Amino acid sequence: MARIVLDKIAHSYDSNPDETSEYALKWIHSIFENEGAYALLGPSGCGKTTLLNLISGLLTPSKGRVLYDAADVTDLPPEKRNIAQVFQFPVLYDTMSVYDNLAFPLRNRGVPAGKVSTRVHEIAEILDLSLVLKKKAAGLTADAKQKVSLGRGLVRNDVAAILFDEPLTVIDPQLKWYLRQKIKLIHEELKLTLIYVTHDQVEALTFAEKVAVMHEGEIVQTGTPKELFENPEHTFVGYFIGSPGMNFLPCTLDGTVAHVDGTDIMLDHKISELGRKARGKLELGIRPMYLQLCSGSTNDGVPVQIQAVEDLGSYNIVTVMLAGKPIRVRQEEGLPIPSDKARLVFPPQWIRLYADGRLVKSKEVENGKVGK
Amino acid sequence: MSLSLVNIDKTVAREIHLKNINFSFESGSRNVLLGRTLSGKTSLLRIMAGIDRPTKGRVLLDGKDVTRLSVRKRSVAMVYQQFINYPSFTVYKNIASPLKIAGYKKSEIDRCVRETAEMLHIEDLLDRLPADLSGGQQQRTAIARALVKDTDLLLLDEPLVNLDYKLREELRVELQQVFKKRKAIVVYTTTEPSEALMMGGNITVIDEGRVLQTGPTPDVYRSPKTFKVAEIFSDPPINCINGKIRDNTACLGHNIEFPIKDRLTALPDGNYKFGIRSHHFSLLQKDKNDTEIRTRVKLSEISGSETFIHVTYDDLPLVVREAGITPLRIGDLISIYVNPDNLFIYDEQENLVAAPQMVSN
Repeated sequence: MARIVLDKIAHSYDSNPDETSEYALKWIHSIFENEGAYALLGPSGCGKTTLLNLISGLLTPSKGRVLYDAADVTDLPPEKRNIAQVFQFPVLYDTMSVYDNLAFPLRNRGVPAGKVSTRVHEIAEILDLSLVLKKKAAGLTADAKQKVSLGRGLVRNDVAAILFDEPLTVIDPQLKWYLRQKIKLIHEELKLTLIYVTHDQVEALTFAEKVAVMHEGEIVQTGTPKELFENPEHTFVGYFIGSPGMNFLPCTLDGTVAHVDGTDIMLDHKISELGRKARGKLELGIRPMYLQLCSGSTNDGVPVQIQAVEDLGSYNIVTVMLAGKPIRVRQEEGLPIPSDKARLVFPPQWIRLYADGRLVKSKEVENGKVGK
Repeated sequence: MSLSLVNIDKTVAREIHLKNINFSFESGSRNVLLGRTLSGKTSLLRIMAGIDRPTKGRVLLDGKDVTRLSVRKRSVAMVYQQFINYPSFTVYKNIASPLKIAGYKKSEIDRCVRETAEMLHIEDLLDRLPADLSGGQQQRTAIARALVKDTDLLLLDEPLVNLDYKLREELRVELQQVFKKRKAIVVYTTTEPSEALMMGGNITVIDEGRVLQTGPTPDVYRSPKTFKVAEIFSDPPINCINGKIRDNTACLGHNIEFPIKDRLTALPDGNYKFGIRSHHFSLLQKDKNDTEIRTRVKLSEISGSETFIHVTYDDLPLVVREAGITPLRIGDLISIYVNPDNLFIYDEQENLVAAPQMVSN
C-alpha cells in the first residue's frame, strides 16, 4: 500500500495546452494516506475520472507530479505503478472459469499455487462467489460478472492502491447495496488503500472515510461524511450532498437577525458576528432535515405556506414557500404534518452563512487550529 | 381515455417474458412499473407502444382493440434510457420532428417546440447539436421530443438511469411538474424503490414477467401483499426473521419472544416470516413494548445524516438505519429494538397477514 500525493496537478486534454486552453483539472494538490478509503464525488464532467486516470497512470498530467510514497511515478504507465483497477463494466476473460479469472492477476506475477488458492478462496468467500468458482465467466449474469471483476481488482493485496471507476453503475439497487457493504468489509479486513470514483453520494459517503467533492475541475472540499454534511464549505457542497440538498436563502444581516425578504430569522451570536465581517452576497443555508415544522397556532419560527407533501416511505419531504422561494423540509415517518398554515423553525445551531458561495467561518477554524 | 392490457403473454424462444398481465390505466394517471432488471418492464412497455406484439392477449385503447395496430398508427411517445436524439439535427429540429412528420403547420410547430423546450428548461439550447450537450440536456431534448405531440400515451423506460444522482433528483421533480400538465397516460419504469416512491401515482410491481401487485404507491409500500413484493419494494433491503406464533406468543429466531396483542390475536398458530424495515429498528428502547434483539456489529456505514448498521443475529444479517452518526466497532455486541406493531407478518405461503398500521394525525 502506498501514500499517494498529487503534487500541484493540472490537466488539459489539449495536446499543447497554454493559459487559454480548457483545463479538465484546474489545480489539484492532494494526499491519499496509506490504507485510507477515499471517494472522489462529483457530477458528470467534474474531472473525477480524469483525476483517477492520473493516479493510475492512464494519463500523464499536463502539469505537476504524481508520487507513490516518495517515488515520482508521473511518467510511469499503470502496469509499472503496481495498482489494480475496477471499471464500470466487467473486465474478464469469458472463456476462463471464475476461479481462473480471480487467479489470473496472481499467477501473472508468479505467485505460488498454494498462495493463489488461499487468496482466491478468501476473496470468493467475501464476494459470495465460492459456489460458482468452477463456472465459466461467460455464463454468468451481468451482476455476477461485475462481482468477479471486483474480485480481480481485490485479489492482490500487495498493490499500492485499488482504484474503482463507478463500479456499481450497472448494478440493481438491491445488489448495489450488498456489494457496497462487501467492498467496505474488504477494506476493513484487508486494509487496502482504496480510491473510489462516483457521482452517487450515498455510495461515496457510506464507503469512504474521506470524500473529495469535485466541481468543474477542482476539489471543492475534502472531508469526512460528517464534516461534509454538517459544515459544507461551499454552497456547491451543501447542494450536492444531501437528498434533497441544502436550502439557500439570500439574506442581509442586522445584528443577530437575518432578513430574508421581509422575514426575520434568528441567528446565534457566533455566526452573526462572523457574518458581520463577511464580504459579498450573503446566503443563509440550512439542510432540510434540520428544519422543524410546527402547527400554525404556535409562536415559534416563521409563518409559511405548505405547498406539497411527498411520502417517501421512511420520511416525508414537505415543500413550503418562504419569501417566494420553495424550501424543503425532511421529516421522519410518523411526525405530524400541519395542514396548510404552518410555522417553520430554523434551529440556530444548524444555520450556516455563505458569502459569495463560501462558508463564513472563524479564522481559527480556517487555519485548522480549532474544530478539526 | 384508458389503456387496458388483457391476459397478455409474451414468450420468446420458449422463454416466458410476460405471463398473464392484466391491468388498466386511466388518462392523466402516473403509473410506475417497478421491477428488477430483466423482470419484463421493457417488454411490457414495447407491447403497450405497439413496437412488439404479444404472443397472447389484447391491448385496448378506450375499449378499442389496438393489438394489431402498428406503433405508427398509435398515439404514443417513448423515452429510452440511452438519450436517443438525431445527431445531425439541432435541438429545435429534434423536438420538431414528430410534428413535421405529422404534417403540422410551421407556425404551430414553432409554438409547440418553444413551449415544450421551456417546460424542460432547454429553450436556450435550441440551436445546439446533441453532441454539444451534457447528458442531462440530451435527455431533456429526448423527453421534449416525446412530449411535444401531446400523445395519449407517454412511456418512459428508466429515463434517468444514465444520469448523475443529483441530476436525477432534479429531473424527477421537473418531470412530475411536466406530467401534471398533461392528460396523457404516463408509464414510467424503474428498478429503484426510492424513485418509485418519489414519482408517486400508482405502482405496478413486476417480477419474472408477472404482475405481483398494483395500487397507489404509498399503499403498496405500506402493504406489500407478498414477501416478494416487500423484497422488491425496499431500499435498504427488508429484514426478515423466521419464527412462529403459538399460544398468543410470537417466537422469532431462537430467543426473541413477545406477546401477541390486539389485531394480531386473530392470527392462527403456525410458522410465519417476520419482515422489518431498517428504519423501524432502533438502538434505543423507545416504548415498553419494544422487543430487544442481541446482535453483533458487522459494519457501520455513515452517510452524512444517517448510519446504516449491519449486524448479525445468529448468522442472520440485519440492517438498522439510525438517524444521526453512530460509529460502532466491528464485533461489538449491541441490542437493537423493534416495536412489534412495526412488523410485516407473512404466512407460510408468503402472503401478508399483518402490516404496521399508520397512526393517523
